[in-house]
Amino acid sequence: MTIDQTQDQIIEEFAEFDEWMDKYEYLIELGKDVPLIEEKHKTREHLIEGCQSRVWLHAAMEGDRVRFSADSDAIITKGIVSLLVRVLDGRRPEEIKNADLYFIDRIGLKQNLSPTRSNGLLAMVKQMKLYGMAFEQIAKN
Amino acid sequence: MAYPTQTAAMEDLDTFDVQRIREDFPILHQKVYGKPLVYLDNGATTQKPSVVIDTIADFYRQRNSNIHRGVHYLSDQATTAFEDARKTVRRFINAPHERQIIFTRGTTESINLVAFSFGERFVNAGDEILVSEMEHHSNIVPWQMLCERRGAKLRVIPFDDKGELVWEKFEELLNPRVKMVAITFVSNSLGTVNPIARIVEKAHAVGAAVLVDAAQAVQHKVVDVQALDCDFLAFSGHKVYASTGIGVLYGKEKWLERMPPYQGGGDMIKSVSFEKTVFNELPFKFEAGTVDYVAAISLGTAIDYLEGIGLERVEAYEDQLLRYATERITSLGDLRLFGQAREKAGSVSFLFDGIHHYDTGLMVDKMGVALRTGTHCTEPVMQHFGVTGTVRASFALYNTFEEIDILVEALARVKRMF
Repeated sequence: MTIDQTQDQIIEEFAEFDEWMDKYEYLIELGKDVPLIEEKHKTREHLIEGCQSRVWLHAAMEGDRVRFSADSDAIITKGIVSLLVRVLDGRRPEEIKNADLYFIDRIGLKQNLSPTRSNGLLAMVKQMKLYGMAFEQIAKN
Repeated sequence: MAYPTQTAAMEDLDTFDVQRIREDFPILHQKVYGKPLVYLDNGATTQKPSVVIDTIADFYRQRNSNIHRGVHYLSDQATTAFEDARKTVRRFINAPHERQIIFTRGTTESINLVAFSFGERFVNAGDEILVSEMEHHSNIVPWQMLCERRGAKLRVIPFDDKGELVWEKFEELLNPRVKMVAITFVSNSLGTVNPIARIVEKAHAVGAAVLVDAAQAVQHKVVDVQALDCDFLAFSGHKVYASTGIGVLYGKEKWLERMPPYQGGGDMIKSVSFEKTVFNELPFKFEAGTVDYVAAISLGTAIDYLEGIGLERVEAYEDQLLRYATERITSLGDLRLFGQAREKAGSVSFLFDGIHHYDTGLMVDKMGVALRTGTHCTEPVMQHFGVTGTVRASFALYNTFEEIDILVEALARVKRMF
């Protein structure tokens, strides 16, 4: 499945919810289900500090693919984190670098990634893209 | 503590017509996400009554001109309106004279002004500044900067787990090296009302001045600087129903006269030549550049509005709201309350066990309820309790018991989702 196919799948899943609370309930479930990051990676080095919630992000190359794992202390943030990981994990660096993450807007969570929300998510997306760029450079060298 | 029931509270306050007051605030009559707006983030900023909004619009339509400079009709009108606002502020906090009312951009700037100008003149190496553990960052950082600059030492009055200052520790910290005690009147994250008059008395006994951060006090209770005998008092217009961009610093003349200016520029000078500049008299010495005079005028209007309702009545009503909210939120269970001081005002802070403050805030927002979550710019308070943030509901004179019921229902729904 391509990045866009995964995004479309998520948009379809969220289309079922008419109410905000149902969306949040689903995000909470997503946040609860997955142990997203190994405890040993939950270090300061991998911490993206927001003033509302905190996000941890770890990235490593596996073959020609980037593997992401991440976590947050707030569960709704964690639910959104899990969606971002689902879309970008296991992709090639240049795919990540060039990804247009339109699903966030389409499922109505754009405000959670706006610079006015200090929850660490916007910085996380930037960081994921930076990893894409960095791994691409390493592969070229 | 026994709380009065809602009915009893309403009977006590049957002369306080909150529905009529709500009519004065146009922003309250809207829906967010299809739900009636319940605005409980008043500690961050209050909404504005129509009379304040109209004052600003009418001023720009009919009277706008820069103050203190022109010879012309409009400038005269603007200057009069601006100086009338200063008189209103003087009356509001019962300052002896208008000279002692300095307009700033807000509480933060007022504190920075004192930390700089008082510090330059009166604080030297080895001196001490006392702040409390419950201060807003705005009443910590300017003093830290002063201490760095002057080689002074910042010392901290702790609070106990109820959120009250530890009085014995305060007394222990007092000594003749203390030049300033900078203390909040009402804590923005705990709601604690501190015993300012007693603190002033003790501080004066060792020769220390006292600055009171009244940003969370003047909108909730009668503040009388002469009764308190404080040396400085700071507050912000936008938290007391006026526009943003304006704040007040009150100071005793014995300090203000001897303090050097904070910033240089227009209006704060008597004469300028390249050899020597003579500074203007009080209060203009501390008002460099064009003050946000329209915001200052709006503050005058807001104070008139608030006094028209009566601050004692506002205080009594808000106290019932706070008690009712505290009782109802506590009854939900599985939570920690932050701040259980005997005397409180303005807000209730809490955290549900196992539910992040940000999640709580995001979810109640979608049910129409505006709360604040996070550290509330009081990280030392969060560190005291070992949390990364809390959920805070803060009240204003237009909030209702029904709104608290909506808040509690929303919180109950959040709890059920976890």
